[in-house]
Amino acid sequence: MSAFMQAITDGILGGSVYALMAAGLTLIFGVMDIINIAQGILVVLAAYLSYALSVHLHLDPLLGLAITVPMMFALGTFIQWAFIGRLRGRERTAMSLLASYGVAILIEGILYQIFSGTPVSLQPYAWYSTATIHVFGFYLADIYLIGFGLAAVALAAIYLMLYRTKFGRSIRAIVQDRTAARLIGIDVNRVAALTFGIGVAVTALGGAVFGLTNTFNPDSGYDLISRLLSIIIVGGMGSIGGAAAAALFMVTSEELVNLWRPQWATAVYYVAIVIVLVVRPRGAFGRREARAQ
Amino acid sequence: MNTVLRTEGVSKAFGGVQALDEASIEVAPGSIAGLIGPNGSGKTTLFNVITGYERADSGQVYLNGTAITNLPPERVFALGIGRTFQLTRIFPSMTVLENMLIAAQHREGSRNPFARAGGAASRRHATELLEFTGIASHARALAGTLSYGQRKLLELSYVLAADPDIVLLDEPAGGVNPSLIKHIAQRVRDLNAAGKTFLIVEHNMDFVMGLCDPITVLDYGRVIASGSAEQVRNDPRVLDAYLGADDSADDESVEQGSASA
Amino acid sequence: MTGDATLAPLSVWTIAGRIGWPASNLLLVAALVAFPLVFTNPAVTTDAIDILIFVAMAAAWNTFSGYTGYISLGHMVFFGCGAYFTAIATLDWGLTGSGVFWLLPLAGLLGGVIAIPFGLVALRVRRHTFVVITIAVVFIFQQMAYNFGVTHGSSGINTPVFNFDPATYNNPFYYVGLVIAVATVAASWVIRRSRYGLQLRAIRDDEDRARGLGVQAMRVKIGALAFSAIPLGAVGGLYWLTTYTIQPPYAFNPLWDLTIALMAFLGGLGTVWGPVLGAVLVEGAQLYFFPQTGGSYLYYLVYGGLFLFVILGMPRGLIPTAAELIEKVQARLSREPPLAAAVSDGEIDAEIAGGTPAAVRAGESA
Repeated sequence: MSAFMQAITDGILGGSVYALMAAGLTLIFGVMDIINIAQGILVVLAAYLSYALSVHLHLDPLLGLAITVPMMFALGTFIQWAFIGRLRGRERTAMSLLASYGVAILIEGILYQIFSGTPVSLQPYAWYSTATIHVFGFYLADIYLIGFGLAAVALAAIYLMLYRTKFGRSIRAIVQDRTAARLIGIDVNRVAALTFGIGVAVTALGGAVFGLTNTFNPDSGYDLISRLLSIIIVGGMGSIGGAAAAALFMVTSEELVNLWRPQWATAVYYVAIVIVLVVRPRGAFGRREARAQ
Repeated sequence: MNTVLRTEGVSKAFGGVQALDEASIEVAPGSIAGLIGPNGSGKTTLFNVITGYERADSGQVYLNGTAITNLPPERVFALGIGRTFQLTRIFPSMTVLENMLIAAQHREGSRNPFARAGGAASRRHATELLEFTGIASHARALAGTLSYGQRKLLELSYVLAADPDIVLLDEPAGGVNPSLIKHIAQRVRDLNAAGKTFLIVEHNMDFVMGLCDPITVLDYGRVIASGSAEQVRNDPRVLDAYLGADDSADDESVEQGSASA
Repeated sequence: MTGDATLAPLSVWTIAGRIGWPASNLLLVAALVAFPLVFTNPAVTTDAIDILIFVAMAAAWNTFSGYTGYISLGHMVFFGCGAYFTAIATLDWGLTGSGVFWLLPLAGLLGGVIAIPFGLVALRVRRHTFVVITIAVVFIFQQMAYNFGVTHGSSGINTPVFNFDPATYNNPFYYVGLVIAVATVAASWVIRRSRYGLQLRAIRDDEDRARGLGVQAMRVKIGALAFSAIPLGAVGGLYWLTTYTIQPPYAFNPLWDLTIALMAFLGGLGTVWGPVLGAVLVEGAQLYFFPQTGGSYLYYLVYGGLFLFVILGMPRGLIPTAAELIEKVQARLSREPPLAAAVSDGEIDAEIAGGTPAAVRAGESA
């Protein structure tokens, strides 16, 4: 039974970071109707950034967030401006998805060129990466707790931004009706670009935690993006709360299935997609979708 | 009375908004029925329910006596209802002729889906219809290059191509110039003289009053009046619905309503 | 130009058009059949087989994604399943000779069969959700290939050497690949000009509208998906036969999904010859510039960059863009205005007032 509880706590704690990354992805979708396929590889890129800072500047990965978060934000805004934002026309949504896929492949190639395919990890660079707290008979990894804490803070910050600031109001207006937002004077392009930046900035935290709990190489992006996509489909595309809830649920399920039959663990994401699409295509908290078009 | 189209107590709500409230209408064969009402009264929603684009919460829809409630759009079309959209919808990357051929497909004898698109008979029929509505010279043009008025005519053409039992027109006079409105009205009369039944939603009062009989009036999703143009024009409930009781906001809609073209 | 306005972009090769389409196609096929007999160097025929495989994949992918507008980045699922099926069956049934080729139609059918539940589930949602699902599914199949015993996990399944004459070892594979590629392109052409193709394109333009005109969208989409899956399953098997081994990251390789999409986009999405041209150009270039696969990851950069370039700069692809240019040049040469000129309401009023449908108006070709 304690293995069971351990799996659940691991799932919730580990899932929180996925919740944050998925929240960024779904925020971008909600505001811009774009699915940023590059989100997975951006997490890996962020992990490599933390890695480079640790190796060359001996900076603790979590302290390094002060640098990587603004960097990823800037990168996100750049990607929006240079590639995604240039698309116009009827097929804009499909094309921007493909464009972000192209960007993802490009980034993967760049990472391979700079870092090669050898798996690396941030674990050696942080004393706390293997430390655990022993509480109520469970072992809670320090890094998961820190990750959970940081993710919770970041999600709260996003929530506050959305509901308490003028900028957040603009975002919500655009999500509801892009044209109406334009008509009342909101600079949609600017807000969109900044939102894309925010959505990508969260990958900095995700990357740091991911790097501290795994070994990774440029190929790791596929695994991440598949999970994130599955999470936002289950939670409902466009809903941040849905993304968070789905992330916790999916990662916990994966941990539980791993106890029972390890080779089926990642199939959990596929099964969840199928179930959601058959039973409720818009996801748990998604907006009512138009018919397939 | 045997009816081509009949709805019985159709209700539909979107979240907190009751778009349709026990709406019951009837369309007799060979008539040009009109459906009017202030903005938001549920006219297009009723069309959507009839043609299967929305599910009714309750109530039934009958076509020639057969219940067709909540069937998907392709089935409703196959059973004999053709419909145009308020914001004209055509297939922009295909030619005008190809647009026509899609609608005509289920009339073609061959069941082979891999047969060449559009046999000679279909093409002839399509061209005839295009000549009837007046855009035959654009048959080879990509539909996306047509002007707004031409698109309206195209949409009308291909809805007719399937030879439906009843044609639902959603604001056919919206956004086009007066001579084109007259052209459309005349075409509808010509088709009606040949036996086609119509149900038309329109804001343009001149168009409706001059063409349709009977006219049904919707307000907040329920039928508040039905009768000839003369009766409806003088019905106090109808005037109420358009003018409103106290709201000054409705005064604006009067100005808009009478000026709408 | 002959034929419908829509076929105009396809008959861009009016030079070939002079000797007639069927004749020039036959010539092309004849040349391809003679190819390995003329170029006997096995390195050359190996490359040719690679190109044929991509031609088949890009053409098949285009038959679904290009015609319906539902961009799929999950076709590797069919490819990988076909590859593994062929591998497992070859070893289980101890096939050592040309009997192995009979597995390929089965591999294709397997792809088609998998496509049906895939489509039933995935095609009920909007287009961009659909892409997302296809991406996730490829990777999940990859994971399953790693985890399940029948596919031998990460060590994969090695390809045996078959008992063909070593001097012309590649030739049987080449001809099988040629048959698959030609059949796929031919099927793509038949579909495009058929009633079925009309429905697919209508779905692409406005699915709801199409349904309102009687198109049974779900059935049509799933059918197209299954059709496109069959060649992919078959060439998946062929791929295993011509390579050394099959392993999860190569059987279910997301990069190849992007590659065949790129090929179709580059050549012209939704045209018949576009994917063929794209495949020849891209795969040919890759084989020429990056002879060894897996060595350098430079081609990630090239593919990513090229893909972005096509999407942003030339989204309709080479053939339609070239066709437009050729039309413009031709029009200028013969001093006629282009075919589809935007006409105003005023002109339609004139038509109505005149009472006759204007048959041939000044400057417009009927």
